[in-house]
Amino acid sequence: MIEVDVTHRLGTFTLDAKFAAGGRLIALFGHSGSGKTSLINIIAGLIRPERGRVAINGAVLADTARGVFLPPHKRKLGTVFQEGRLFPHLNVRQNLLYGAWFARTARDDANANLSRVAGLLGIEHLLSRYPNRLSGGEMQRVAIGRALLASPKLLLMDEPLASLDEPRKLEIMPYLERLRDEARIPIIYVSHSVAEVARLSDTLVILEAGKVRAAGPTIELMQRLDLIHAAGTGESGALIEAVVESHDYAYGLTLLVSRAGTWRVPRLEAAQGKTVRMQIKARDVMIALEPPASVSALNVIPAVVAEIGPMDEPGVEIKLDCSGEALVARLTRYSVERLSIRVGTPVFAIVKSVSFDRDSLGAAWRDIRAADAGAGGV
Amino acid sequence: MTLDGWWTLSAGELTAIKLSLLVATVAMMASLPFGLAISMLLARRDFWGKSVLNGIVHLPLVMPPVVTGYLLLITFGRKGPVGAFLDQHFGIVFSFRWTGAALACALMGFPLMVRAIRLSAESVDKRLEAAAGTLGASPIWVFLTITLPLIVPGIIAGMILSFARSMGEFGATITFVSNIPGETQTLPSAIYTLTQVPGGDAGALRLTAISVIISMAALLLSELLARKAGRSLHAAT
Repeated sequence: MIEVDVTHRLGTFTLDAKFAAGGRLIALFGHSGSGKTSLINIIAGLIRPERGRVAINGAVLADTARGVFLPPHKRKLGTVFQEGRLFPHLNVRQNLLYGAWFARTARDDANANLSRVAGLLGIEHLLSRYPNRLSGGEMQRVAIGRALLASPKLLLMDEPLASLDEPRKLEIMPYLERLRDEARIPIIYVSHSVAEVARLSDTLVILEAGKVRAAGPTIELMQRLDLIHAAGTGESGALIEAVVESHDYAYGLTLLVSRAGTWRVPRLEAAQGKTVRMQIKARDVMIALEPPASVSALNVIPAVVAEIGPMDEPGVEIKLDCSGEALVARLTRYSVERLSIRVGTPVFAIVKSVSFDRDSLGAAWRDIRAADAGAGGV
Repeated sequence: MTLDGWWTLSAGELTAIKLSLLVATVAMMASLPFGLAISMLLARRDFWGKSVLNGIVHLPLVMPPVVTGYLLLITFGRKGPVGAFLDQHFGIVFSFRWTGAALACALMGFPLMVRAIRLSAESVDKRLEAAAGTLGASPIWVFLTITLPLIVPGIIAGMILSFARSMGEFGATITFVSNIPGETQTLPSAIYTLTQVPGGDAGALRLTAISVIISMAALLLSELLARKAGRSLHAAT
């Protein structure tokens, strides 16, 4: 459990954030300038808050009321920075072991951990290189490994993918998922990308202009148009949990059932009865007023328009209610007006593509990643 | 004047060269810890009187060397307040000793050393130090494992500049500790003396050649060391 309640001024900007969250991966989510990085620096101990308290699992790291402030090197938190910050005079192995030395890990243990973490992150072949000979994606993986090997109680990640291009992001994403699932260290992950947050986090803390706008389970918060709009850049979407009904081996499809209806998706390596999480991007949802008779898309879900986002831009987001489950569709304002879509209009949502997180895919995640970089097209 | 034995150094000349090397080395090594501390202070800390400290450090660079030498004489001389104290309590004497020459040289080379180290310390990415802190390194360990290795090229440059300045120091040394053969007569003083006596030209020329060679060797050595130290760092950019 991470408890944060701090006030801190930086120039004209005031951070005034209060939240308490548990979970394996907590995403601090918001626009740039919303105070995410300041908040992570306060948790890491790199900024001393003017007022407030930070505690992790009951251990107080900072409490201005009692004059407690633990310096960063005594906090036992691993931090991964946006720009990697590898030490240029040390090779990858030395970078990785830097924190282990201060954690007083026995040499044998440190070496065992090193090979385990290097395996987890796929950096075994880089150990004797210097940081200047690494690609951006490799650097970030080494930075993650270095933080992990310091045996932290909590891993802080400050937009670890922000400086990378799209292919590099997709290269690292599976490692982050493995980390979340295998390392057993809770992670606080700073991001302004809806895609990353939807795919990785189970708990969401949404920051807006230095304040916590909402905090709670990712699935619930992702369905609130206002929040996503306030915090995210790029794509909004919806998360839906569905249960594996059956596999259609002949066509290589899997049937999923959720409250919204039945879904057909490319075959998943998930046992019958297992719950999977689908991410459906707003731009992958089309709207029809009548049931489309002949359309190639596999998933057509009856829905009712629940909410229409701000109409001041060419793109408008429409929240749909599918028998109690939410979908978000991104349409042009022209289409919204042409189809006279209003709150309460019954429609059909045509879903072009569905993505899954690694949890849902089990052993198949590698194949899916290879096929469509993490997104199983439907 | 014949050319026979032109290259043979007299005993006095050899003594002057050895003394100069000793004085310059001691001056360089002794001022290094202070130079490093003051450079880090100036590069990293903001404190009241910072510009005053910076000014004092740079004074020997802008004052006439004779003035520096005279100030040393009245403070570190046997009758000077600091000199008397050191003599009485620790038995350390600077005036008219080679140690005094080393002190004068260290002082004259100090601003050059501090400038070189400070510039290099200012160019170290503080975010790397913060990262080391989050990995469990206390400030002293951050300095030893991150900052220090990253400023090694600057330290080498500073040491060489201090050494070279010491090899050429004349005014402050001769004012403070005079020109005693075998004790305080360094290379420049010896050259000066030779030019003042009839028939000393050959000796002066020999010492001048030696002086050029030593300076050049120091410069080449610093290039070599800096390149070696900088190789892995350079890689980073």
